[in-house]
Amino acid sequence: MTDIAIVGAGIHPFGRHDGVSGLAMGVHAVHAALGDAGLEWRDVQVAYGGSEDAGNADTMVTELGPTGLPFVNVKNGCATGGSSLVSLVTALRAGAYDVGVAVGFDKHPRGAFQNDPADWSLPQWYGEDGLMVTTQFFGAKLQRYMHDHAIPPRTLAQVAEKAYANGAQTPHAWRRTPLSAAEILGSPMLAHPLTQYMLCSPGEGAVALVLCRREYLERLVDARPVWLRSVALRTRRAGTFEVFSPSLPLELAPSPSVDAAKEAFESASVAPDDVDVAQVQDTESGAELIHLAECGLCEHGEQVELYATGATRIGGRLPVNTDGGCLANGEPVGASGLRQVYEIAVQLRGDAGDRQVPGEPRTGFTHVYGAPGVSACTVLSR
Amino acid sequence: MPIDLDGGTPLLVAGRCRECAVVIFPLRQRCPTCGGAVERTLLPPRGTLWTWTTQGFEPKPPYLAEGEFEPYGVGYVEFDGYLRVEGRLTEADPARLRIGMPMEVVAVRRGGRVSYAFAPVDEA
Repeated sequence: MTDIAIVGAGIHPFGRHDGVSGLAMGVHAVHAALGDAGLEWRDVQVAYGGSEDAGNADTMVTELGPTGLPFVNVKNGCATGGSSLVSLVTALRAGAYDVGVAVGFDKHPRGAFQNDPADWSLPQWYGEDGLMVTTQFFGAKLQRYMHDHAIPPRTLAQVAEKAYANGAQTPHAWRRTPLSAAEILGSPMLAHPLTQYMLCSPGEGAVALVLCRREYLERLVDARPVWLRSVALRTRRAGTFEVFSPSLPLELAPSPSVDAAKEAFESASVAPDDVDVAQVQDTESGAELIHLAECGLCEHGEQVELYATGATRIGGRLPVNTDGGCLANGEPVGASGLRQVYEIAVQLRGDAGDRQVPGEPRTGFTHVYGAPGVSACTVLSR
Repeated sequence: MPIDLDGGTPLLVAGRCRECAVVIFPLRQRCPTCGGAVERTLLPPRGTLWTWTTQGFEPKPPYLAEGEFEPYGVGYVEFDGYLRVEGRLTEADPARLRIGMPMEVVAVRRGGRVSYAFAPVDEA
């Protein structure tokens, strides 16, 4: 397999940035990533990028420079960033290009996401009756999961407590104030068993990555590559439990996260036990717990002990979401999946400052999941 | 609306594939699994609560807001031998909701039309 390296990583702080467009944040991230790689925009041979709510990525050439490069807009829900990355890696592996950029950005209205049933092949009454709310899916899937695997509410609070503690150490995070488990459990109940501080918010931000083929590294004198060992993108199969499901079959199929993680590990010839630092989609506390198990990083039910003993904290056996994840960074849909890869690249390079995982981590893993049943995973190494 | 009131007892309107016998809700013309033709079928009046949550804030449109917002329950009710259907619950108090409890289909008036909900069955 052709080796693909991440040679540049750039981020625009996440949060709320009144007066700054999503596209402007994207341009900022691209410049930062190119500066990190020691490249100019004119060197970039291909680009993939996208947002959910903040415009067409390819119009960034107005600011970056209309060099004539092929620039593909990607729109794939929560997996937009992951899909851009997969597309770029595929193009580089095919040998069509030597160096390219993946960029994701977004800027969502305040409050929960708003969805039109007609856009999702669903009847109008589903939305009118008040069933078309993403948080209901999180709460309902989690309620059953906690019932089946004996997970207490305090474990949910421990996930969020860790997220805000890590966010406090992350300069580009949105939520940088630590919260206690008691404060998290005591915040308003929004989607039982999930309280307000166990749920992430739609937000704003941008991330760009510069990738190249191994041979191209000869041109980059100061490159500090992080190897992208594998990427895998999967969508749902019949009978999985996804957001906006008016009904479910009696026999459920495994989530696309299970399929994507398995493929990513197998094609990288890496075992889940080899992972030194991981990013998994934590749109809410329960999602982090469920996704850790779905990706093979722990057993179902083992999460209770992992979080009680601090194993997933920075310095623990399996540090998870070291930048605070979606809970502390919010979820600008187009940027979120690339933020995960950005964080792993920073950790593997040893550049994470106050939140650096000790012991020189060598292998990282990322997982993103989104509606209506799509998941992208990566395995990275130094 | 996916509810049948003709028999006196409110029942949910689902579909069953003539080819592969899979049950689908809401009713669609074609089976999502095999593409076969689907015939209308009614679900039993009662099932059990498979999972649940609460809606603690007012949804954005197209939600039909009526008066001051009150949190409501949402859950999946399992109809034995058919499938699990998502719907609003008439109960929103977590202390009164339990996985496995019996539930029945009820008709509710919402936004000037009739829709369905699931109500706990009195076990006394």
